[in-house]
Amino acid sequence: MNEPALDGMVETALDRADPLFRKGNTNCGGCGMSLTLQMLRHAVAERPVHLVIPASCAAVAGGTFPQSTFGVPTLMTTFASAPAAASGVASVAALNGEDLRAIILAGDGGTFDIGFASLSAAAERNEDILYICYDNEIYGNTGGQRSSATPAGAVTTNTPDGKVEQKKDILAILAAHRILYAASVSLAHAEDAHRKLRYALDIKGFRFLHVLSPCPTGWKSEPALGLELVRLAVRSGLFPVYEIFDGKRHVVNIEPDFSDEALNMYLSLQRRFQKSGLAAADLRPAIDRNWQNLRALSGRIVPARRDG
Amino acid sequence: MTVELLSANHGAALAATQAARANRKGRGFCSGVYPITPSTECMEYLCQQKIEKGRVIRVESEHSAMGVCIGAASAGARTFTATSSNGLAYMFENCIAAASLRLPVVLAVANRTLGPPWNIWADHGDALTLRDHGLIQFYCADNQELFDSVLAAFRLAEDRRVMMPAMVNMEGFILSHTVAQTQIPDQGQVDDFLPLTDVPQRLGVAPHTLGQIEIPHQTEMHRWQHHLAMLEVSKVYAEIQNEFEAIFGRRLLDAVVAYRAEDADTLIVSMGTIGATAERVVDKLRAEGRRLGALRVRLFRPLPTDAIRAAYAGKKRIAVIDRDISLGLGGVLWAETSSLAEPGTVMQNYVAGLGGGDVRPEHIVKMLDDLRRREISGAPALMEAV
Repeated sequence: MNEPALDGMVETALDRADPLFRKGNTNCGGCGMSLTLQMLRHAVAERPVHLVIPASCAAVAGGTFPQSTFGVPTLMTTFASAPAAASGVASVAALNGEDLRAIILAGDGGTFDIGFASLSAAAERNEDILYICYDNEIYGNTGGQRSSATPAGAVTTNTPDGKVEQKKDILAILAAHRILYAASVSLAHAEDAHRKLRYALDIKGFRFLHVLSPCPTGWKSEPALGLELVRLAVRSGLFPVYEIFDGKRHVVNIEPDFSDEALNMYLSLQRRFQKSGLAAADLRPAIDRNWQNLRALSGRIVPARRDG
Repeated sequence: MTVELLSANHGAALAATQAARANRKGRGFCSGVYPITPSTECMEYLCQQKIEKGRVIRVESEHSAMGVCIGAASAGARTFTATSSNGLAYMFENCIAAASLRLPVVLAVANRTLGPPWNIWADHGDALTLRDHGLIQFYCADNQELFDSVLAAFRLAEDRRVMMPAMVNMEGFILSHTVAQTQIPDQGQVDDFLPLTDVPQRLGVAPHTLGQIEIPHQTEMHRWQHHLAMLEVSKVYAEIQNEFEAIFGRRLLDAVVAYRAEDADTLIVSMGTIGATAERVVDKLRAEGRRLGALRVRLFRPLPTDAIRAAYAGKKRIAVIDRDISLGLGGVLWAETSSLAEPGTVMQNYVAGLGGGDVRPEHIVKMLDDLRRREISGAPALMEAV
């Protein structure tokens, strides 16, 4: 089932009683991070959780002193330090025999860029941390500058003619650390997302989840269309949904139809791609290459595109 | 109590190890460490220790070393790390974070010149960059003092009235690598001296957020509370001195160490090992009939202004020797304490030993000769130029 069940609003009996992300928060409408936290709430249920959050939109979303928008004890760290601080939090919990999940919630800037060294080091040490990167492909908190997660062709406030460089392949980098579990998460595929969150919550060691997180403010898209955009990114093959066990075993979770129609729709619904005039034909070769590689890694040699 | 031959780096690590073990019945110990000359031996020694309910995490940078300490202290554990120079500069942001989160991290710094150009030798310029950000700062002159100060730093930092990081400074190589007999207490004594770490704001069960956004007046109040807590340090430190003596049988040195200063008309003021050299100069020149005294500022933050003002009172001439320079101003110790001298005092700043140059007794004698010739205070002078 590839349809959204939660849509960010539905509460179920399994949900944590106190939301991870409480009402009255200041996130923009249609923010993918809000939705990620609602899904996480459902997956976490009553497991003991501490959040560690570097500078990011999520840090702003935490609310002003002395209120707490997050429904669990939360540590805000400096921009580059969430993996180091979470290592401390998780270690002390382990020393005291506590059954705690130390969860990092970080944006792409804190993950792909400034926090990259401490992320790599925590992964290398196999710290007992669940790292969730909500990737909105932009420095949202500072008003929309490019990060190394911004895709080529996207206009940002400091790439006014569109970014030239390709997006970093963060999952491949994490896989190269041979961590226990790395996966991409589609917010538009709630069942798959939920299964991954649950799995990642309950194993010990370093786990990394990469969430494509719609940002209406930065993407210049309709807030109500966030999930649709994610669905189009998945359908077209632009955002592969897969998981990697021990840095080796690759499993593709959602099969795209590689539709150019979906890809063109994805691009045209976001004003950030307008200036570069990016179309499906421009992205298709790179998507095909990426999928050929993914097919080879997952042991399923299927042509990236089905002709006819 | 045993006596061991230890370098100051190893002494600091051993004191931290004993402090770590003393928290085994509490929430344990967790430290992030990263090597840098001349502090490396401190973290190496720590990494060789077996610590029950403790973990030392070998991270990828000083920034992360303090990051681990922030996480561990936020989780309620005792924490310690060590660094130097550019390592401290790289750690700077997280030192401020640890201070502003009011986490009792203890930090041993082997003071070294900031580079480039690369220079691995001592000056106080690295630690002094952190003077304004809510970390307690001690500057030590010998191995025993350093060992004792590290133990005291844990007690002070973790005191509920204080709750902030504490730095213990030793000049790189000059002290960090000097091996000397050091009295090492039994673990039981350290257990008695250090109560279990209790971080009141630690992440527990109830939802609350550490380090979140504040609006201006909240930040102003938090800064002011932090400042007031700093001002409590002298009082708390005096209590700790008494308990230290009762448990370990030796006196923890005062915040400001005066040497034959009372009846002196001329005072040599400094921090760290230059202070020890100054005391030898005082002895030598006293024998020649000069009324000379020395004052060593051991606790630089909070600055013990009352004690310094009292020591400056009635002096005709004061030489402040700084192994540091605030470029465009002069020596930091001089700048911070010149207002504490009485009007009319000839107060002269000598910048000496930057980048690790020796400051030997003959250098200090030369400065004193220069000082004797002065009838009014002058601009800061470089040791080599007088």
